[in-house]
Amino acid sequence: MPLPRSEAPITASAHARPLLRVKDLQTTFRVGGNKFVRAVDGVSFDLDPGETVAIVGESGSGKSVTSLSIMGLLPHDSGEVTSGSMRLDGQELRDLNPEAMRRIRGKKISMIFQEPMTSLNPVHTIGRQISEVVIHHEGLSHRAARARAIEMLELVGIPEPTRRVDNYPHQMSGGMRQRAMIAMALSCEPAVLIADEPTTALDVTIQAQMLELMQDLQDRMGMAIIFITHDLGVVAEVADRVVVMYAGEVVESGTVHQIFEAPRMPYTVGLMNSIPRLGTKLPGNRLQTIRGTVPPLSNLPRGCRFHPRCDHATDVCRGTGNHPSLDAAAPGHLVRCARWKDIRFDVEESA
Amino acid sequence: MTAALLEVDHLQMNFPIHGGLLGRVKAEVRAVNDVSFRIGAGEVVGLVGESGSGKTTVGRTLLRLEEATSGSVRFDGTDILQLPGDKMRAFRKRMQIIFQDPFASLNPRDKVREILGHPLKLHRIGSASDRTDRIVSLLGKVGLGAEHLDRYPHEFSGGQRQRIGIARALAVEPEFIVADEPVSALDVSIQAQVINLLQDLCKDLGLTMLFIAHDLGIVEHFCDRVIVMYLGRIVETGPASAIYARPNHPYTKALLSAVPQPVPGGRKDRVILKGEIPSPINPPSGCVFRTRCPMASVECASVVPPLKTVGLDDHLSACINTA
Repeated sequence: MPLPRSEAPITASAHARPLLRVKDLQTTFRVGGNKFVRAVDGVSFDLDPGETVAIVGESGSGKSVTSLSIMGLLPHDSGEVTSGSMRLDGQELRDLNPEAMRRIRGKKISMIFQEPMTSLNPVHTIGRQISEVVIHHEGLSHRAARARAIEMLELVGIPEPTRRVDNYPHQMSGGMRQRAMIAMALSCEPAVLIADEPTTALDVTIQAQMLELMQDLQDRMGMAIIFITHDLGVVAEVADRVVVMYAGEVVESGTVHQIFEAPRMPYTVGLMNSIPRLGTKLPGNRLQTIRGTVPPLSNLPRGCRFHPRCDHATDVCRGTGNHPSLDAAAPGHLVRCARWKDIRFDVEESA
Repeated sequence: MTAALLEVDHLQMNFPIHGGLLGRVKAEVRAVNDVSFRIGAGEVVGLVGESGSGKTTVGRTLLRLEEATSGSVRFDGTDILQLPGDKMRAFRKRMQIIFQDPFASLNPRDKVREILGHPLKLHRIGSASDRTDRIVSLLGKVGLGAEHLDRYPHEFSGGQRQRIGIARALAVEPEFIVADEPVSALDVSIQAQVINLLQDLCKDLGLTMLFIAHDLGIVEHFCDRVIVMYLGRIVETGPASAIYARPNHPYTKALLSAVPQPVPGGRKDRVILKGEIPSPINPPSGCVFRTRCPMASVECASVVPPLKTVGLDDHLSACINTA
């Protein structure tokens, strides 16, 4: 049965109005002189209240630039949102001036990073940093703000919060700082938390603690999460829906089950097959690879951006004017591949 | 196991901590504590553990990039830790290292020709005229070519740089290579390419390798045997097939269960360890893992558990409760 082509390429959302709707986002960077590259090129996705959407991609895919665009944190001398829209709770974020954006950041939408010292100030105590956020956004008194800081530290599982609140970041271990950063990001109970590779630098046992903590906090506080990562294992664990990015574009999106059990885009399939799974013997004891490398944004291939690395590429995939659109392969499942109807994948079934 | 190419016995590495006005040694970090293992010729052995486990320090002391505090490292029968510098040089040619960060480990001012030419010159391999041929053939082995000879590191992608790092290690035709997290800094789609390359090279050149990693999936795929370290000590070691199918030590079990699998709704029986790895300046008495161990008993505080056979002859675990 032929499936309808989607008019507006956005992932299906169960809610009439999503909490955050990113539509046709385009972010351009100046790369010296008068040369520009589109780091994010027409990206659209929805985020519903309380859900987790994972954005997956390799370096240069545009996943981090997408989040910095939403947060209004692009380096202002070189990066700029050049078109598209980002609506948070109906409010267009592009219309906001820096002062108005500051009132939203930390309050309605917060961000955590891979390296906690990116968001923690080394010369202030953890307690002061959390207090500052709630004093700024909620006008709390210093006493009440300190009480909130202690409460937040306790919430994220930091032992002895009444003592730790007076610690400086350097007095804490890496895992503890990560928790403190999460406490600060969540101190105003934001509706959206953007987590940019929050567990990438951590050891697996600490990563497991952090993922459990984030899941637990989401259950309790109900925030929606945009989880940016390159680790498909983490995606399978945390995500409700998945957006796969390649060279600045969304190349596939769908529910976590659609993406992992019936991927349609050859790039997604290639990524899945290139990671060894515990307890699975591979045929011929070889890892499957995606040949070549991610193309530089300044020199993208014509046609489908993935075609030089794709085993299924034909003439349809090459050449100007053949840039594939995002098609609906199933309700809520979008794929950017000219040949998705013709390709059948043997997806490794794993128990 | 085939004849051991490398025999490590009671390796100990203490780093001094200086403090105070006079910079006196006020404490010691025991980064590697009584570590012993063998690697047979042609074997690929995985060394896994979290940050602070001492795995990188073990790799570096084997090559004498750090001087061990005590213990012995016998390479092909000779204790190389006792060798004077000039005698050591002959062994350096036989033992090489591949570093984690392909951005930091190549001199940005050297062309590929020079990066690969230095070790040949240093070890007086080949004449000046046939070195270029050797370098081109090395590049061929790692999937690069003569057209790359006069390029600088910044002209390459991360995966290509790591290939250059591998070619540099292979230049002196070593028998043994320490690969210290060689794919951790690479993109997922590139990791598989580099692992397949290493696998081919090990087979074609008969290399013996200590593969240091924190990615347990790659280690299972790539390694014949596995050593698991925690806070400077070996807690479990054995054939990869046995360790992954029947882990014995509570730490190994927790580590394996913590690895997120690319299967939605996958594992539910996860063991989540409490807390973090303790400071190696003041490690717990008895079993170093006991402060985070879900099975710890009173005796664990007083007994340093020895490595004991579990099941197979060469599957050893250091736990008084499970081994």
